[in-house]
This record gives sequence, structure tokens and C-alpha cells, in this order.
Amino acid sequence: MLSLNAFLLLSAVLFCIGLFGALSKRNAVAILMSIELMFNAVNIMLVAFARFLAPASTVGQALPPVSTVGQVFTIFIITVAAAEAAVGLAIVLAIYRTRRTISVDEVNLMKW
Amino acid sequence: MNLYLLLPEISLIVLAVVLIGVDLLLPREHKPALGYIALIGLIFPAYFTMLLSGRNEVSFSGALVVDQLAIFFKLLFLIAAALVILSSIEYVRRLPIPQGEYYALVLLATSGMMLMASTRDLISIYISLEFTSITLYILAAFIRNDLKSSEAGLKYLLLGALSSAALLYGMALTYGVTGSTVLNDIASALGERGINAAAVLGLVFIAVGFGFKIATVPFHMWAPDVYEGAPTPITAFLSVASKAAGFALVLRVFATAFMPAENTWLPMFFVLSAITMTLGNVVAIRQENIKRLLAYSSIAHAGYVLMGLAAATAGATSGMLVYLLAYTLTNLGAFIAIIGFSTRVGSDNIDDYNGLSRRAPMLSLALAICLLSLAGIPPMAGFIAKIYLFAAVFDAAATNPALYYLVIIALLNSAISVYYYVRVVKAMYFAPAETEESLGMTFGLRVALSAAVAGVLVVGIYPTPVMQAAQVAAQVLFP
Repeated sequence: MLSLNAFLLLSAVLFCIGLFGALSKRNAVAILMSIELMFNAVNIMLVAFARFLAPASTVGQALPPVSTVGQVFTIFIITVAAAEAAVGLAIVLAIYRTRRTISVDEVNLMKW
Repeated sequence: MNLYLLLPEISLIVLAVVLIGVDLLLPREHKPALGYIALIGLIFPAYFTMLLSGRNEVSFSGALVVDQLAIFFKLLFLIAAALVILSSIEYVRRLPIPQGEYYALVLLATSGMMLMASTRDLISIYISLEFTSITLYILAAFIRNDLKSSEAGLKYLLLGALSSAALLYGMALTYGVTGSTVLNDIASALGERGINAAAVLGLVFIAVGFGFKIATVPFHMWAPDVYEGAPTPITAFLSVASKAAGFALVLRVFATAFMPAENTWLPMFFVLSAITMTLGNVVAIRQENIKRLLAYSSIAHAGYVLMGLAAATAGATSGMLVYLLAYTLTNLGAFIAIIGFSTRVGSDNIDDYNGLSRRAPMLSLALAICLLSLAGIPPMAGFIAKIYLFAAVFDAAATNPALYYLVIIALLNSAISVYYYVRVVKAMYFAPAETEESLGMTFGLRVALSAAVAGVLVVGIYPTPVMQAAQVAAQVLFP
């Protein structure tokens, strides 16, 4: 079986890829997708922790041992990320309607 | 499950839903009544919050806590929401904005902030933070056809989502190290097992996420743009209520969950506080747009408040609370005056404030009082709050001598800040006006402005009740 470290490494690598994408992409939708990748990196980490940090009382029972808190957290993150993406895409759409572009380089009326 | 502990939040959400319903039935010319309905409706959550005052109860498996600290912040958010709604009525009426949704979203954001003040579990902290943030993203971008407003919304959303990813990474690490998401259990696990590198990494990531919310310096880039582009009442709301909610979370998370790791985060907040107040004040000097000026000034004020976390004593915490209340009243007053000006003149440039004292004497006086209070000049609230906070940090310096330097940096910064606040006052009172045409103000704005200025003066002249309430609230974290 894979160790906890393997999952943590995967999560860290995914998080960094997402961060790199979020900082280097110019298309607003691509940035949103990169951020989504970062959320999923966290989800992997939480689920891995939930599996490996199982309280002793659940080990040896019929179901595989898990700590439910981590899994509940993951479900909440997925839900909130969906809401965030919905609002994000709506704002991107509003910007596209007025400016005909969604490149963050051209959305620069105000200085960063 | 004690649902009555959630009565203030539930009543706010019910009120928001009622507003959307009433919005459907009202004919177009009566839409401004929605603002007054929202305002009157705020009596219910305020009443329920007062009713819960004095309790100290935990419910929902430790996720929800109602104590004096939560009550203090909840009342602060309700005051901010009431003033924001009152000052929105005229502003919103002139814009092509769906009004029912606007007020409903303001109320929903308020209920999210109230939840932020009383959560004690990483999951519910994340949910309430996102609940507040997502509604505020929508509100920042609410003038859909306005280029600046939608740009503000996009910047706020992208940077906000990025910071919440960092926050989540920190929370996941913390959960992995301690095996729990309840703040008190995290504290006891950290106390038993000691602090390892993963715990420190989790703590730093969580600080990054919160640092964005309160606009501390490495993560402040969004603030000036969002403040400039967002509808002005929403800017006011962001700069006070959302910041105070961020501080409520920072206080609760660091002073409970990470208390065993105190030696790690005290120096961190020391550095953050020093660079935040310095950069905020120095950059504010060069601003030509008054909303951007107040954005940088609010960054600087976040730096002052962070001093309390760098000291982390009961006295410093009550200093933070008093400061946040004084700052809320003062900054709201300043923004209401700006709304009054911009709805008549349509500009936010400081040059257009030249000679305003002859065109709108009462508005100029109110704005001058608020700006001087932000600068910390007696007898306004800002002065008392600064003295109280700086003195508390000075007291804490007896055990941690480095804090003396922080107090000195803060005093120098206050001196710098007087320059740019007085510049606006000088423009209003001593510069020649281009026209002599007088500016009127609507009833709602006049009431909101008088209430804010009265609050500033009352807290400045008779601060004892506020200080006592803050001391009781601070005892929750530092018994």
C-alpha cells in the first residue's frame, strides 16, 4: 500500500502546479481552473489524512478505518468551490460583455 | 443542537429572503422602500444578539460558540450593516442595480460575518468565510455595466479564491498534524505533541489566507483596486465589516488553536504589523483618488490593529476591539460623506473637494471630523482608540522588549498619516472652489452621517462603556 507521504507529495505537487498556473496564465477562465486544481490538491491531502489518521476504535471493523472529519471537510470544499466557480464565471461573462476580452492583462483600468 | 444560539443569523437570512420576495411585488417607483424595510428588519437580529449577550455556550459539536467576544463583533457588524444600508438608499436608486438583491446580499454578507465571529471549528470557519466572501465578490461587481466595478469583482474573486486555497492548505496540514478541526482540540494536541515543521507550515498558510482578508501588506494588492471599483457603500462595508470579521477569525484561531505555538507567530505578526502600517501610510501620501487614499489608510489601520496580536495579552486584545469599533464608526462616517459628495458631483478626486466647506458646510465638517479621528486627533474616537491600544502594547513590552520598537514605529506612522488626512481637510477649508453651487444631501445620508459622527464623538469623549465591553470580550481568549 502507498504510504501517507506519497499522497502528501502528490498534493504538494498539484498545489504548486495550480499556483504556477494561477500566477502565469492570462486568461481569467484558465486562472479559475488553476485555482480549482489547488482546491483539489487540498482535497487529496484531506482524504489521505482522513484515511491514515483513523481513530483506533474504527480499525478492524467491517468498514475501512477513516476519520470522517477529513471527508466531510472535502465534501464542503467541493461544494463551496462549485459556488465560487459559478460566481467567477458570471463575473467573467459580465466582463466579456462590456470589453470583449477576458485576458487579465487587458482588464486594467485601475493599477494593480 | 441549540438553534436559538443561531437566532441572529437565522433572522438575518429570513429577512434577506423576505426582501427578495417583497422586491417581486413592489412596483418600480417604490423600490427604495426596500432599503428602509431592510433597515427596520435589522432590529430583529440586533434584539436576538442582545438577548444572547452574557451567555457562554457551545453547540453543534463545538463548532459554534456564543460568548462575549462573538457578541461584541456581531453588534459591530450590525451597526456597520445599518449604516451601509442607510447610505446605500440614495446611491442605489440612481444606478441600474436590482435593489432587492442588493440589500439581500448585504444582509447575507452580514450574517456570514456574524457566523465568522462565533465559529470554533476549521470547517465552519472556512464555510462562513466563503459565505461572506462570495456575497462580497458579487456585491463588488454589482454594477454590471460599469467597467471598473466588474473589474473590481474579478480581481477580488481571483485573489480571494487564491488566498482561500492557501488557507485550505494550511487547514488541511493542521488537521493532519493534530487529527482534529475543533480549535480547542487542536490547541491541546499541539500542546501534547509539540510543534513540528508541518504545524508551523500550516500556521503560516492559515496566516496567509487571513492576511488577505484583512489586507496586510504582502497580500494587500487587491484592496486599492477593489475599493476604487466597487460601489462606494460596498467599499465602506468591505473596509470595516469584512476587515473586522477577518480580525475576529485571526484572534480566535491564533489565540486558541495556535496558542501553544505562540513563539512562532508573535514575531510573524510583529513584522506584518510594522510593514503593513508603514507601507499603507507611505503609499497613501501620493494618492489622488479619495477612495484609494482611504484604501491605503485602511491598510495602515489594519497594521495598527495587528500590533495587538504581536503583543497577545488581554489588554492588547481589548485594545484591538476598541480600535476596531472606533475605526468602524470613523471610516463609515468618512465613506458616507464621500457617498454624499460623489452622488452629487460624480467624482472621487481629491482636487474636486477644493472649497467644499462653502458648498456643503455640514458634510465638510463631518468628513473633517472623521478624517481627523482617523489621524488620531482628540477628542475623536480614533484618538482614544490609539492611546488605549498603544498603551496596552506598551504594557506588554515589559515582558517582550521588542514591542517598544513596534510602539515607536506606530507613533511615527501616526505622525505620517496626519499629513495626508489633513491634506483633504485643507483642500475643503482653504482651497478656492471652482463653483459656489451648494450641495444638498438626502435624508437617509444625513441620518447615517449624523449617526456615524455622533458615534465617533461619543466614543471619543466617553469611551468607558466600550472599553468595559472590550475588556469582558477579551477575557474570553485571555482569562
